[in-house]
Amino acid sequence: MLMLIEGNVWKYGDNVDTDAIIPARYLNVSTPEELARHCMEDIDAGFAGAVQPGDVIVGGENFGCGSSREHAPLAIKGAGVAVVVARSFARIFYRNGINIGLPILECPEAVEGTEKGDQLTVDLKAGTITNLRTGRTYQTSPFPAFTMEIIQAGGLVPYTRAKMTNDK
Amino acid sequence: MGHTLAEKIIAAHVVEGPGSAAPGDNRRGDTDSHPEVWPGDLVEATVDVVLSNDITAPIAIREFETLDVERVFDPSRVVMVADHFVPNKDIKSAEQCAQMRQFARAQGLPHHFDVGRMGIEHVLLPEQGLVVPGDLVVGADSHTCTYGALGAFATGMGSTDIAVAMATGCTWLRVPETIRVVYRGRLRPWVGGKDLILYTIGRIGVSGALYKAIEFAGPVIDHLSMDGRFTMANMAIEAGGKAGLVAVDEVTRAYVEGRASRAPRVYQADVDATYAQVVEIDAGQIEPQVAFPHLPENVRPVGQAGDVRIDQVVIGSCTNGRLEDLRVAAELLRGRQVHPDVRCIVVPGSQQVYLDTLREGWVEAFVEAGAVVSTPTCGPCLGGHMGVLAAGERAVSTTNRNFRGRMGHPESEVYLAGPAVAAASAIAGRIAHPDDIT
Repeated sequence: MLMLIEGNVWKYGDNVDTDAIIPARYLNVSTPEELARHCMEDIDAGFAGAVQPGDVIVGGENFGCGSSREHAPLAIKGAGVAVVVARSFARIFYRNGINIGLPILECPEAVEGTEKGDQLTVDLKAGTITNLRTGRTYQTSPFPAFTMEIIQAGGLVPYTRAKMTNDK
Repeated sequence: MGHTLAEKIIAAHVVEGPGSAAPGDNRRGDTDSHPEVWPGDLVEATVDVVLSNDITAPIAIREFETLDVERVFDPSRVVMVADHFVPNKDIKSAEQCAQMRQFARAQGLPHHFDVGRMGIEHVLLPEQGLVVPGDLVVGADSHTCTYGALGAFATGMGSTDIAVAMATGCTWLRVPETIRVVYRGRLRPWVGGKDLILYTIGRIGVSGALYKAIEFAGPVIDHLSMDGRFTMANMAIEAGGKAGLVAVDEVTRAYVEGRASRAPRVYQADVDATYAQVVEIDAGQIEPQVAFPHLPENVRPVGQAGDVRIDQVVIGSCTNGRLEDLRVAAELLRGRQVHPDVRCIVVPGSQQVYLDTLREGWVEAFVEAGAVVSTPTCGPCLGGHMGVLAAGERAVSTTNRNFRGRMGHPESEVYLAGPAVAAASAIAGRIAHPDDIT
């Protein structure tokens, strides 16, 4: 996983739900590439065509609420987004992000100080977010050690596979 | 210091922890020794049932196959239900069902439910006795929290979590804090579980229970039917909740008797349990509720809905597709007519509910009223098929989410309500109180 990220901001409000991230009518496919084509379609029709690899999504409270569909973080990851920063995340989305290796950071202050089109650098290891327009740097709270292990392994499946091999 | 219901059920399933969660051990722990767990602890726990459906199973199977594990941990505990896009709406959804079917056959899963024998998963599993009190259930569907109505700890997860649980029989959990919601008073006519939970979400908000469990309690819950309790637990997720639980009582026991596939384990919250918050609700003051677009927290009493003309009504889903829900709808629709501007779609939640609805004579009542009766499916709830909305259309629906575009076009609108308001609205052609049409 990329530990140092620099990208443009796509900013959204509170309660961005999983139907907004990937409408259910596209759940008859499941690869990140196919899903990415329709990512954010119903709330931001321009997103899928314009998002660049390394870009950053910034959301408000309860980002990813609603369905358990892993298609939501997969669509975001497939679109090339390198990290999602929000005030808070819905529980299942948060788990899914970590499990599939999509970095997600809770940082209300950074959300407050960011506008659409800003450029951010994110250091995942240090847990810092810097806004290149304002020059301000924000510190996020670190992941619990166990969560960091999953992230560093590249997700829950590689983590579990390594653990099962070690146990044999 | 005592423990909540959620803490007790999780404690009974802990393999490792607190603080030493380690998913991936291909073994199941001794559940007879009960270590204490507290909110915030990260624990590894055994699971009793692992669920997925035709949308989430394909990703879970893909991830399972990359784990280099040949067999699921216990075929009798891995449940797969084809319910979202069935009977298949297109070739791609047929391929997803085919993939799930092939996996279920290869793994010898006795609880793979296909068209003709299926139901909407959260109606079906309790009905078939596959979830019993005291269970810890993980499902690749956010409404897995429905089973909390049986005094189980049940929570929705993504497909990757489910893949690991299918392989190992274990999952990792952060022990949640609990919000206790106490309902007192005497319910008004036409008020049911749906109105209570909509009112509660309106009160605490769509992130009011984020990362937390909700315990539903009080005299109103004691007198609520199992169907009403399932409806309430089902929508815990709409407040951000990890689980929604009701303690086991005589109502639960009567429901479980004759169905349970395993021996129930009954846990009760301690009287000195620590709650993050206690919410007291005077349920006697609650009118039938309607959640306006585009969030389940935008609730109003139906009397304050104003003149909202509608195009479609859906009665069904994992929230309100049970026999009691269809009874309420049939009472109102029998001998009346669906408004000429409205399409009314009734979706019994399982084959058994369908058969019971038929035997009660309600299918006839619905069809004579001008409604259609569908085979069990999640279809219309998520804008999949069997009732997709066009731009500018409005629906009253007994489902659980009214996000933008949830039931179709992004410019359509969904108003959530219980079966009484939904049926009354179908007749009136606008959002209506059942008293308006009786």
